[in-house]
Amino acid sequence: MDDPTFSPIRWNRRTLLGAAGGTALAAVLPPMAEATPEEADAAIREMFGDKPINEGRVWVKLPPIAENGNSVAIDITVDSPMSDDDHVRRIGIFSPRNPIATIAEFRLGPHAGRAQVSTRVRLAGTQTLRVIAEMSDGTLWAGKATTYVTLAACVIG
Amino acid sequence: MIRISAPDTAEMGEIVEVKAMIQHPMETGYRRDAKGDVIPRNIIKQFRCAYGGNTVFEATFFPGIAANPFLAFCLRATRTGPIEFSWTDQHGETWSETRQLTVS
Amino acid sequence: MKWALLIGALCLAGCNKPESTYARNSDVKAGDIKSGYAFLQDDTKALQDDDFANPGFLWVDRGKRLFETAETGASTCSTCHGAHGMPLKGVAAHYPKVDAKTGKLLNLEAAINLCREQHQGLEPLAYESDDLLGMTAYVASLSRGEPVSVDITGPAAKYYEEGRDYFFRRKGQFNLACSQCHNEHWGEKLRGDTISQGHGNAFPAYRLEWQDFGSLHRRLRDCDTGIRAEPQDYGSETYMAVELYLAKRAEGLAMESPGVRR
Repeated sequence: MDDPTFSPIRWNRRTLLGAAGGTALAAVLPPMAEATPEEADAAIREMFGDKPINEGRVWVKLPPIAENGNSVAIDITVDSPMSDDDHVRRIGIFSPRNPIATIAEFRLGPHAGRAQVSTRVRLAGTQTLRVIAEMSDGTLWAGKATTYVTLAACVIG
Repeated sequence: MIRISAPDTAEMGEIVEVKAMIQHPMETGYRRDAKGDVIPRNIIKQFRCAYGGNTVFEATFFPGIAANPFLAFCLRATRTGPIEFSWTDQHGETWSETRQLTVS
Repeated sequence: MKWALLIGALCLAGCNKPESTYARNSDVKAGDIKSGYAFLQDDTKALQDDDFANPGFLWVDRGKRLFETAETGASTCSTCHGAHGMPLKGVAAHYPKVDAKTGKLLNLEAAINLCREQHQGLEPLAYESDDLLGMTAYVASLSRGEPVSVDITGPAAKYYEEGRDYFFRRKGQFNLACSQCHNEHWGEKLRGDTISQGHGNAFPAYRLEWQDFGSLHRRLRDCDTGIRAEPQDYGSETYMAVELYLAKRAEGLAMESPGVRR
C-alpha cells in the first residue's frame, strides 16, 4: 500500500473523507461557547441595574417549534398606557443559551402609543428567552417564552 | 436594500404600525469559511426612527438578531411630518430612508 | 507486486461503482404532487405569505429597480418589457427553455444574461450575485401563482433525458440518487426535517439555513454536497438539464418565488 502508484487514489479518498468529516463536525459542534442562565442574569443586571424584577406585564410570543434557529419571530407586548407619565422606557431580550446573552435593547416612549415590538432572533438551540421591560417609574417587569429549535437534516456548513 | 412599511395618512391620535427591514448578513463572528478561517463579525448596531425630528424608537442590536433584520413597532400620529428610519453598522456607516406621514 | 496493486486499484475503483448505478424507477404520483411549502411549519409558511416581511422581497425590490434603471449606454429592461412591450407575466413558469438560435438550454438566469448581452450590450451578471438573483426573483415574481409548464419536446428532449439521468443516478459517498429521498421517501422524517418532494417552484428562494437568498443551483449544490457528491458549477449544463427535469416533474405546481424554505 506504500507504493506511490497508489497514492493519488488514497489521497483523493482521504481528502474527500476529511472534507466530509469536517463538514459534518462543523454542522454538529457549535463553534462557540454558550452563555449560561447566570450570564443572562448578569447581562440583565448590566443593562438595568440591581432593582427587583417583577414577573408580569410583559408578554412574549415565540413559535412553539422553530424550524431553524437562524430566524425566529418574536413578538413582545407590555401592559402600559404609554402615556407621558406612565410608559415603557426600555425593553431587553436575553438568552440563556446563545453565545452572547444580550440579543437586543429597544428604547421607546409615549410616542409609540402602544408598547409592542416584533423582530427576528437567532436561537442557538431550544431555550427560554427572557424579556425585561423598564417602566417610566423605574420598575422592572419580566416575561418569558420557550421555543423548541429543531435540527435540520442536511446542514451544509 | 431597505424595505419600509408605513401608512401615508393617519388620523390625529391614531396608533399606526410601522415595519422596517434591511438587507444585511448580520455576520455573528462565530462562523468559519470553507478554509476554516473565522468570518469577522459584521452587524448593524443601531436602528433609529425619528418622527417630525424627534427620536421615537431606538434599537441596539447584538449578533443574536437574525440576518436581514426586521422590526415592527408602533407610533402615535400627532402631526404631519417625515418619519426617518436609519441604520448604523459597527463601522459607523449609516443608511436611511424617509417616509412622509400626513395627519388629518 | 505492481500488477497486483494495479488490479487492487481497479477493484477499488470498481467498488465505487455499485452494480446498480441507478436507483430503482420511481415517481411521485400525479395526485400527490405537493410544493415544498406543504412541508413547512406554519411560521415559515406565514413568512413566505407576508409580502412585506418575506426577506426574499429585498431581492425582488433590487431586481425591480435594476429592471427600471438604465445602465450606462444601455436601454432599460422596461423599455422592451414595460407596460406596452412584451409583458413578462407568466413567462418564468415556462423556463428552462431551449434558445432557438443556439439550441442551448436556458434557465431564467441565463435568459436574463443573454438579453443583457444581445439587446443591451451589457456584460452578463455573475451567477449568484445579488443583482442576478434580484433580476431573476423580480421576473419570477411576475409569474407567482402561474402553473409550472415547460416544453420537453424537440430540441429540449435530450436535456430532459440528461436531467432525468442525473435525478436517478446514484452518486457521492452516500451513493444516493435524488429519487431515493424525493420520490421514495418524501413525507418521512430525516432528523428534524420532513423530506420534501424536491420541487424547484419556489426558487430563487430565501433559505433559513443560508440566512440568505439563493438560486435553485445553489440548492442543488447543497443537495449534492449533502450526499457527499461533487457539486456541479453554478449555471452548468448539467444543472440546467436537472432544472428542466424538475420543472417537468413539478408541472402544474404554482410558481412561488420569492419562496421561503428551511
